[in-house]
Amino acid sequence: MSSNAITIPGTQIQTRPWVDELHEWLTTVDHKRLGILYILSALLFLVIGGVEALVMRIQLMHAHNNFVSPEVFNRMFTMHGTTMIFFVAMPVLFGFANYLVPLMIGARDMAFPRLNAFSFWLSFLGGLLLYFSFLGGSGLYGAGSAPDVGWWSYAPLGARAFSPGHSSDYWTLALLVSGFGSIGTAINIIATIVSLRCPGMKISRMPLLVWLNLVMAGMVLIAITPLSAAQIMLLIDRYLGGHFFDTQAGGSAVLWMHFFWIFGHPEVYVLIIPCFAFMSEIIPVFSRKPIFGYPVMVGATVCIAFVSMSVWAHHMFTIGMNSYANSFFTLTTMAVGVPTGIKIFNWIGTMWGGKIQFKTPMLFSIGFLFQFLIAGLTGIMLACSPFDWQLSLSYFVVAHFHYVIVGGILFALFAAFYYWYPKMTGRMLSERLGKWHFWLFLIGFHLTFDVMHIPGVLGMPRRIYTYEPGRGWDTLNLIISIGAFIQAIAILVFVANLIISYFKGARAANDPWDAWTLEWSISSPPPAYNFATVPTVSSRRPLWDLKHPEDPDSRYE
Amino acid sequence: MSAVTTSFPNTAAGWQLPSRGKVAMAGLIIAESAIFTIFVVAYLFYLGKSLTGPTPREVLETPIFYTICLLSSSLTIHFAAKFLARGIGFAFLGFWLLTIALGGLFLYGTAEEWHRLIYAHGLTISTNLFGTTYYSLVGLHGFHVTAGLIMLLTVAVLGLCGRVGMKQSGHIEVLSMYWHFVDAVWVVVFTVVYVLGR
Amino acid sequence: MSMLKIKSSTLRFLARTILLLFWSAMAVWASEPNGSSSHGTNIFAPSSTPAKSIADLSIFVLVITGIIFVVVFALLFYSVVRFRGRAMDAGREPAQVYGSTQIELAWTIIPILIVVVLFLATARVIHAIQDAPEPVGAVQVTAIGHQYWWEFRYPKLGIVTANELHIPVSDPSHPTPTFLQLLSADTDHSFWVPELGGKTDLIPNHPNRMWMDPQRTGVFLGQCAQYCGMQHAKMLLRVSVDGPEDFAAWVRAQQSLAVEDAAAIAGRRVFETNACMNCHAVAGTPADGRFGPDLTHLMSRATIAAGAAKNTHDNLRLWIQDPSAIKPGSLMPAMKLSDGDLDAVVSYMETLR
Repeated sequence: MSSNAITIPGTQIQTRPWVDELHEWLTTVDHKRLGILYILSALLFLVIGGVEALVMRIQLMHAHNNFVSPEVFNRMFTMHGTTMIFFVAMPVLFGFANYLVPLMIGARDMAFPRLNAFSFWLSFLGGLLLYFSFLGGSGLYGAGSAPDVGWWSYAPLGARAFSPGHSSDYWTLALLVSGFGSIGTAINIIATIVSLRCPGMKISRMPLLVWLNLVMAGMVLIAITPLSAAQIMLLIDRYLGGHFFDTQAGGSAVLWMHFFWIFGHPEVYVLIIPCFAFMSEIIPVFSRKPIFGYPVMVGATVCIAFVSMSVWAHHMFTIGMNSYANSFFTLTTMAVGVPTGIKIFNWIGTMWGGKIQFKTPMLFSIGFLFQFLIAGLTGIMLACSPFDWQLSLSYFVVAHFHYVIVGGILFALFAAFYYWYPKMTGRMLSERLGKWHFWLFLIGFHLTFDVMHIPGVLGMPRRIYTYEPGRGWDTLNLIISIGAFIQAIAILVFVANLIISYFKGARAANDPWDAWTLEWSISSPPPAYNFATVPTVSSRRPLWDLKHPEDPDSRYE
Repeated sequence: MSAVTTSFPNTAAGWQLPSRGKVAMAGLIIAESAIFTIFVVAYLFYLGKSLTGPTPREVLETPIFYTICLLSSSLTIHFAAKFLARGIGFAFLGFWLLTIALGGLFLYGTAEEWHRLIYAHGLTISTNLFGTTYYSLVGLHGFHVTAGLIMLLTVAVLGLCGRVGMKQSGHIEVLSMYWHFVDAVWVVVFTVVYVLGR
Repeated sequence: MSMLKIKSSTLRFLARTILLLFWSAMAVWASEPNGSSSHGTNIFAPSSTPAKSIADLSIFVLVITGIIFVVVFALLFYSVVRFRGRAMDAGREPAQVYGSTQIELAWTIIPILIVVVLFLATARVIHAIQDAPEPVGAVQVTAIGHQYWWEFRYPKLGIVTANELHIPVSDPSHPTPTFLQLLSADTDHSFWVPELGGKTDLIPNHPNRMWMDPQRTGVFLGQCAQYCGMQHAKMLLRVSVDGPEDFAAWVRAQQSLAVEDAAAIAGRRVFETNACMNCHAVAGTPADGRFGPDLTHLMSRATIAAGAAKNTHDNLRLWIQDPSAIKPGSLMPAMKLSDGDLDAVVSYMETLR
């Protein structure tokens, strides 16, 4: 399947030797291929991270279970969290950004194609580094084993004294390396959007996906870097005898927490904002109306980006900050819920008065709206610091953030897959399998993550490899585990859909969804050069203008 | 299904966007500033908190001369870029090499200071909190100076081979943005370590 | 085709509504307090003022977020059902509405007001709990977190014990709250007994403070909530809230030196010659190690290994023989005692009432 071939009906194209094809993929600097590489590597790590989750869920099915040892369980939750955030969520979102941003702005490629390739391979190398740590466990002498310090590696647990060997180092290096890859991609995205827009595409005319990826990239620059800095400090502590987080030498464990969460909180907005972008492209198309309140959607996102840099210590409500600090972070955390809530209203406003088509992308989008609403509300509960003094570090928090990440981000990603897969591959995904995927996943998701709030309220802390019977947690954990397996089956259906449709799916035309942004004006899949002539646009929906010359958007903007 | 023709109205005249090199370098500078900020915060936070060992007041000597070297290298690189934009290759090369010399002098100054601190005062990165934060912050900056010097040297070699002309003016400007950033960071580090910290 | 679409969406929302009702019922069921004297770990069954303030505020927050949920869900449900596309619509686009300043202003201002209300209600509780002054009659405890056990010291009473905390019940008219100072000997931990209060972390080089004034007697359970290493899961908490006489009796017993029982002399010799005293202390004997729990009144405790096992003869023997059989990763080494020595030491331990 070469995106360089011009399909002439009736002629036989000589297929190239697979080595050549592989070489081309490994050395590509084309944003479309790199986007697909990002997405494929994310899918690989998604399956691995999912297996890690299933191992944990089996262990927690009942009290005092012996499926895995505490060592293995502690490695599982560390690796699961690290993998999902850094090697699934970030790469897949960068992948979609890579693929779509140049197409949506009418550009030939990203601003720096070679930097693009370098950033991807750095990212992938980070993932390999992280997983290489497993080999050390019972294989190569002295190579260490998988990290077991939790994905935050709180000080002083991450110090040499408490984490001897090299497992923590693999964690640190993997994140440092992939962090530099992320910064490279972010710089690339910003330079592309600022410098390569086609004529007529003023900043106020960019599709929302482009706008939101610009905001996301800006946030990456100032959110990932604090983590990189903290990682360097940790390495200095572990290898050069430094004392950044050495409490015995007067160092501060709390300082690590501040640095980590100054990264950690904006990071979750880095993850959700591209998903807002998907929703802002998909919901209008399947409601047959433009997005309700484009300027406010942009404004709210920029607002979220700024305010989210001031909320980080809501992850630290229990560490003993004084009442003024706790009150401040309660206020800012609740405040960031306002622009976020506004966006939900705008999406509903987009659907209102429309003619909704319930294709699979829209099913997942509606699921996103429902679940993101709930996730946002449990977030408000956690923002209230006294409530958080009970709920923090418990399964309520685990339920909340999985609600955002799985119920929000993953649902939006599924919607994006079903929406743009035709553009990327030239084939439609099966609607039938799509609906099976949706319903199975929905049921499994709610079974697991709705119930998971309850053990938290009943006092079950997180990161425990087993628990005492008789606390009321047993049946709940069993139900949660069953839901996890249902979700796993749904993922298998999804992967089957991706593979089967690639070979047998209905051929996709340029514009199977009757959409309005530039990527739908070229073939599916696009030619290597994207646009034969550089497009010029005069409104936010250039294809709407072309399809409705009697009533163009340019008249109303 | 789309019956759309992809012939968009052609109004490309006058469409000017910022240069991608400058935008990218601005992005890099923002990211690097965030990293330096974290190290500066750690330095300030740990001032006066060392449990043992030499304090800043006891061992630090303000490196005025080497600071002047580094800051004037910003001036020289500015002139170099200006001359290149006007096509005066000889002046460009002269100022460029001067920049490298000044930057190299600064690095030498840092090395000299570290030698004194380690051997005369016994201050290393593992001595106490001051040692850790000092060497990390100044070292991080020195690393960026070194990386910059390597890039400047590369350009110098290309320039001496006659490969750098007016067409490369944009690239040179981007590189000089980086060098200005390195100098600006030194202003902050200098203030924090040698002025506030004592 | 469109019939299927109608079914799909309505089905989805019916399913969701049913789920909602089901889980609400579960939550209500789950929040019922446990009636026995051994209390549960339900944050909505508070027995102490801080826990109660938190529970009350939490209900308030739940009600407000519940109302928001109902309103927004209703809007979402309505829009999905009312504005679904029908087959006859093919080819005709609906009115292209770009926005509405008035509506958008309204749904900006209302959330801001809600945030202000929630914040003010929350700030009051934050100050009430965190800035509460320590009254004169308060019991003072210093809790020191270790991997994987709790050290409790009562500085004014001269008591050092481990894992099981005894505090007096507090009569609201003459409060005798317990104020804890929280320290750590190694890595981060968190003290969480849900029915007595919110959790506060124990962080090395960062002392913290919390208080509780339990108004019911009985045993309250909890455990470490901040991941502290391999056996974080088995660093359990057992707080015994005693009536005034019981508490006084307990204090007196804890203040006394270790019981001297001539029959256990052999075991005591094994204890003192086998490096046990490097880690453990027994008041009134040369053993004064601080790395492990104080064993002076070991038999006054219901559990061993920070709650990992009941304090029975067999468990004690197994624990001393091989701690990793009960708590793999515990920092207590297996001392590789002979059977005779092991039995002697266990007999000695059993005299430490």
